[in-house]
Amino acid sequence: MSSADLAVRPAPPAPAAYRGTLGRQLRAELRLVFRRRRNIALLVVLAAIPILIGVALKISNRQGNGGGGPAFFGLVTSNGLFLAFAALTACLPVFLPLAVAIVGGDALAGEASAGTLRYLLTVPVSRTRLLLVKGIGMLSYVAATVGAVALTGIVCGGLLFGLHDATLLSGDTVPWWDGGVRTLGVCVYVFVDLVGLAAMALFFSTLTEVPIGAMAGSIAAAIGFTVLDAVPQLSSIHPLLLTNNWLDFSELLRGQVHVWSLVHSSFLSLAYTAIFASLAWARITSADVTS
Amino acid sequence: MTTVAAATTVGLSVPEGHPLAIRTEGLTRRFGSHVAVNDVSLTVPQGAVYGFLGPNGSGKTTTIRLLLGLMNAHAGSISLLGGAIPTDAARVLPRVGTLVEGPAFHPYLSGQDNLRRLDAFDASTDPSTSAARIAAALDRVGLSVAARKNFRRYSLGMKQRLGLAAALLRPRDLLILDEPTNGLDPQGTREVRGLIRELAADGATVLVSSHLLAEIEQVATHVGIMSAGRLLRQGTLDDVIGAANWRLRVDTPSTATAAEVVTGLGLTVGDVLPDHLSVLSPSMPVEQINASLVAAGVPVRGLVIERPTLEDLFVQLTGEGFDVVR
Repeated sequence: MSSADLAVRPAPPAPAAYRGTLGRQLRAELRLVFRRRRNIALLVVLAAIPILIGVALKISNRQGNGGGGPAFFGLVTSNGLFLAFAALTACLPVFLPLAVAIVGGDALAGEASAGTLRYLLTVPVSRTRLLLVKGIGMLSYVAATVGAVALTGIVCGGLLFGLHDATLLSGDTVPWWDGGVRTLGVCVYVFVDLVGLAAMALFFSTLTEVPIGAMAGSIAAAIGFTVLDAVPQLSSIHPLLLTNNWLDFSELLRGQVHVWSLVHSSFLSLAYTAIFASLAWARITSADVTS
Repeated sequence: MTTVAAATTVGLSVPEGHPLAIRTEGLTRRFGSHVAVNDVSLTVPQGAVYGFLGPNGSGKTTTIRLLLGLMNAHAGSISLLGGAIPTDAARVLPRVGTLVEGPAFHPYLSGQDNLRRLDAFDASTDPSTSAARIAAALDRVGLSVAARKNFRRYSLGMKQRLGLAAALLRPRDLLILDEPTNGLDPQGTREVRGLIRELAADGATVLVSSHLLAEIEQVATHVGIMSAGRLLRQGTLDDVIGAANWRLRVDTPSTATAAEVVTGLGLTVGDVLPDHLSVLSPSMPVEQINASLVAAGVPVRGLVIERPTLEDLFVQLTGEGFDVVR
């Protein structure tokens, strides 16, 4: 071959791009996430938790044991709406982080271990775009888990205990629709808290080709935060711990909502998101794909 | 399928200024102290079927990963269909169909759904033709019947076919196929050979890596041979295996007389053994040599044309046995 062949030619024109590509990619990703049997099973398990709590409370109430137990549990029997909050409280420490860790581990490490990552990248999909699609796919699933717990909580609570005008923790009574709005607020708050953890999970997912490794990392992080949060001597760093304000959503269930604590916790989660999403981006755009 | 064979098996000589589908210069990639790809300058002319050969671990797959922008090179440059890699990857890669280190799909999705997913991620394809293109690709590799079956239930050969179908989801100008016949039965291997010829006849350039030298010899117009990270030989198939250096073996008991006759004809005699001698790349028709031998009273028992094979050259260059070259 002559050296003339090696002359640099002008870059070829970009192929025609069709509109709505991101939408197509997201639909494909959501199909993958929501059709995966394990993910469906996890959703079903999460949806079963409010039912389990509701039935247990119903039975113990009939036996005359009355309320008691952790926050909200005592209020469930007087208003079914509180079953949603009780269930979210029960799921927040372990089950919801577990769901985040699982979809997070699958997101990129799962594609890498299956070898499908190299074929996505040679389609080609830009690495930034892939990270975006994976992130949105994960968050959709996380939103679905929070929604599933809240929704079955409301439905099951309504059936077992009835939905009345809501008596809040502060003793005020608000109309049922106000209670509904507050429930939505609680769901959004819990979701935003989980976004920070999701960003961490996505970052861990870029580090390895072993999905279980990424999942274990995310769960360890969530548990680690809780442990640190439980050590009083470390109170100075408590405000920086992702899980520190997770259960503060009870603020939304008082007559006078103290917004500050909620905003602080949300900002904390968003700061974690910014840091770990950037790390994930830096990693995926530079890493060698060897799987 | 076989009708295009004649056109593509003929050695393709590349005229000056012929555009190149792949060009690398001084491509180098290390893993720690191990140099996996060492100063490789590939030259793949447009329209070629380029057989990319080398023993296991010789750096073929790493080179392919570098070509596709999956890995970063430590030195050297890559041009794919006129675009620089990785800078122009987004523009160029839609025109490149790939099969890298075996097929990989989501096990719990059907073959069809897997292709649907890949096509959905391709910004350069028209979503309204997606179903038709997927059906056509599956049909082309003979997988239509199993389209709805879960990937995990596929046999090795079916997985390989699905990988090829993914590479054919849209028209491609270049196909980079790493071991495309891996796991296929003889029929499947033949079909892949036919497919490669079809693609080449349609004007696509095909880079195909393989250990199956006989396979490559049947389809390739060009070959490159890698060993221990270096590209040892490259060029048209005929040039590389030295097809011009063929020999005519004359089986006869009177080798001495025969040698005299052959020398008298102005030809070069190679080995002379008790029962045969060889004539090196004779420049006159074999039947004429035969006539001269017979006229001189040499009893000719047989005439055999011996051509060098790719395997001879490959073994000579990359060594024999199971030793891993470092």
